[in-house]
Amino acid sequence: MQTGLTPTQTLSLIALMNKLVPGDDLSPAAGDSGGAEYVNMLLTAFDYDPPHIWAGGPFSGRHGGAASFENWLELGPWEILAWKSRIEDLNNQYHAGLDSLGPELAEISDEFRELVFTHACEALYGDPVYGGNREMSGWLAIDYRGDSQPSGYSDQEVSAP
Amino acid sequence: MMHGAVDGVDADAIIIGSGPGGAAVAHALTQAGWSVILLEKGQNHLLSLQAPFAPLGHFSNDEIKFTQRHFLGPDPLLEPRTFRRSSEDGDHLLTGEVNNLPSTLGGGGVHADGKLSRFREIDFQLRSELGPVEGADIADWPLSYADLEPYYAEAEKLVGVAGEETNPFAAWRSGPFPMPPGADMFGAQMSSAAAERAGLHPYRAPTGVNSVEYQGRPACNNCGFCAFYGCPIEAKGDPVSMLRAALATGRCQIIPLAYATEITTDPAKNRATGVRYLDLSVAPNTQGEAPVRELRAHHLVLAGGAFETPRLLLRNELGNSSGRVGRHLMFHFQTLVVGAFRERLWGASRGRSVTHLHDDHIDGDQASRAAAQAAGLPWIRGGIVEHGSSTGPVNEALLQGAGAHHPLAMRNSELRERLWVFTMQGEDLSQQTNRVDLDPTVRDAWGLPAGRVTYQPHQHELVTSNHVAPILEGVLRDAGAVWTAASTSPPVGDHAGTSPLGLAPATYHIMGTAKMGFDPLNSVVDPTGRLWDLPNVIIADSSVFPTSAGYGPTLTLVALATRAARLLTGNPLAQSQPT
Ligand SMILES: Cc1cc2nc3c(=O)[nH]c(=O)nc-3n(C[C@H](O)[C@H](O)[C@H](O)COP(=O)(O)OP(=O)(O)OC[C@H]3O[C@@H](n4cnc5c(N)ncnc54)[C@H](O)[C@@H]3O)c2cc1C
Ligand code: SF4
Repeated sequence: MQTGLTPTQTLSLIALMNKLVPGDDLSPAAGDSGGAEYVNMLLTAFDYDPPHIWAGGPFSGRHGGAASFENWLELGPWEILAWKSRIEDLNNQYHAGLDSLGPELAEISDEFRELVFTHACEALYGDPVYGGNREMSGWLAIDYRGDSQPSGYSDQEVSAP
Repeated sequence: MMHGAVDGVDADAIIIGSGPGGAAVAHALTQAGWSVILLEKGQNHLLSLQAPFAPLGHFSNDEIKFTQRHFLGPDPLLEPRTFRRSSEDGDHLLTGEVNNLPSTLGGGGVHADGKLSRFREIDFQLRSELGPVEGADIADWPLSYADLEPYYAEAEKLVGVAGEETNPFAAWRSGPFPMPPGADMFGAQMSSAAAERAGLHPYRAPTGVNSVEYQGRPACNNCGFCAFYGCPIEAKGDPVSMLRAALATGRCQIIPLAYATEITTDPAKNRATGVRYLDLSVAPNTQGEAPVRELRAHHLVLAGGAFETPRLLLRNELGNSSGRVGRHLMFHFQTLVVGAFRERLWGASRGRSVTHLHDDHIDGDQASRAAAQAAGLPWIRGGIVEHGSSTGPVNEALLQGAGAHHPLAMRNSELRERLWVFTMQGEDLSQQTNRVDLDPTVRDAWGLPAGRVTYQPHQHELVTSNHVAPILEGVLRDAGAVWTAASTSPPVGDHAGTSPLGLAPATYHIMGTAKMGFDPLNSVVDPTGRLWDLPNVIIADSSVFPTSAGYGPTLTLVALATRAARLLTGNPLAQSQPT
């Protein structure tokens, strides 16, 4: 089984993500913001040890504390089996789905559209450690700070922001 | 060597499940000098098992890990569950995730946002006080609020509950809350003010989150990733505080990735002798199997939660002489009322998810009594209404859908930063036909039958929800909402199939599947939590609830578990008095 996307598949995925979650003057499109990198990191998660599935904690380092999101967490032996099977399935879906996309990106099943849309949303608005949300462009567009630990918010910011 | 090891057992007690119930028992038994082994089928992301039992630092403000990638388990590929509304749906309607509470060291306590309310006096005497309802099993509990009050007080101290005594409907207390309440969320101040204008009585929610440093854990810093997330700074006390205290005695051994599958008994099946479990900490053998290990103990405690505990008993064909194991399954029937506001409320990104509650719809008023009468019901009871926020941006984006509208919709954030949500956790009447049983065809990764939920609400829940929803919509409109909408979980009506929360109940409050009573003919455990059929086995989770009340189950199940453990060790708390 081929893991990860070919350059051609990557370009198709970026185009498809940009169509499903487009950008405008103020917001980036999901594909342009690292959507394909997000999917590729998931499809190749087991090329890394620990696998790139669950980012570490407790802090990103962006708001104080030692940066530790890159310290990916270990999976249990049975969780490894489940995730290997899930990722194999995802690889198959991406290869089949992207290879059969027509030039207008119209040849797409409902199931594949749902999968790509879900990953586009995860990529654009999830933590950048997972490969998407390039330079936090997804968060900046919606005025969202993302993680806030360990500084958090003061009582004043919660009660009278 | 553990204490119990001297007389042919591995420990005095084996506890199955490390959620709030199992942790409470581990704490109480070890304080009394007993040795315990605690088996947890999920991973340990919570705390080091070596002194000083420091946090592992795995929790973070990470929406992907917690909401999209089964970080706290159970992984539905390994442990599928099934759901149907009735036998008319066939063997099952859904397979996969069905009201999955986490399977991880600490159970559901780890990622709950922890509103830890007590039940009230009437909740223990519903049948005597209000009488029966046709088609439902309305029972009195075999204990009273006064019996449980000292254990409520102990549970609040153990977990660390922050709250204040301003709820006019609350039951009496023997002492103050251990901590004052934390910061009010902006949106909750607004919805509370509107609720007061409508004649309701909102109050600051009692919450298992530190408002000040408590037992060496810091105060909450309002990070906004509360419901569905582990706390990165350990400001939540449930159940880590109890587990750490149990470990500190040196008499508690915790074994994560240990899936208890078999209860061993004496030949006559009068006593449990121990447990066999699958060791999930090692890779499967060439046949794809996990090694089986065996432990022996004088006592067994089942605390796998109200879904897994009956599943374990049914698989083992134990404890079920009444035929009630798995039956009387109750959730809370959720009425979800949302309002969209012009201004940003910040609720989805700052604060503890929910900071205020009101209880008015539990007892109801003239209008609710009229609604009951019009529907041919003797009474209706709602539940607490949580004043809270919505979700993170990934989940908002999924709700907003694909297309050209997406970027502007996300910037406007009508479904997140401008949304305010009332969730009523409505009392769900006990019905014998609502149940957890074993799915006839679906199996887990180890070949064991999956648990199956069969559930339909009673007319009571629908009438109550229909009565309360417009009141809550009115409150949100008065607070300034530009539009409001109401729905329920589980969804009902023609459009149920399109509910974003799915067809199965989404409440995560599960109760009643091994109910407690005076009579072994119609209950599973006795008033002290012991199985009638195997008296050296106690159940320490919300399976034992005879009714669901309209409050979150967790503080009550911790109080009951503590009581059961203290009675077992001959160490009960003295009766308490109102202050
Ligand atoms: C997002 C969220 C918010 C919540 N908020 C609230 C709230 O505000 N108030 C409230 O009262 N409640 C709340 N709850 C519910 C609360 O989490 C549960 O009531 C509580 O966790 C139940 O505790 P328990 O010990 O009975 O079971 P659980 O917490 O479910 O723990 C059981 C543990 O046992 C383990 N286990 C099961 N079977 C086996 C086996 N065979 N072998 C080994 N281990 C096993 C499981 O893996 C699990 O870790 C919330 C839940 C969620 C998900
Ligand atoms: S809001 Fe408070 S209690 Fe909740 S996770 Fe953040 S710091 Fe912890």
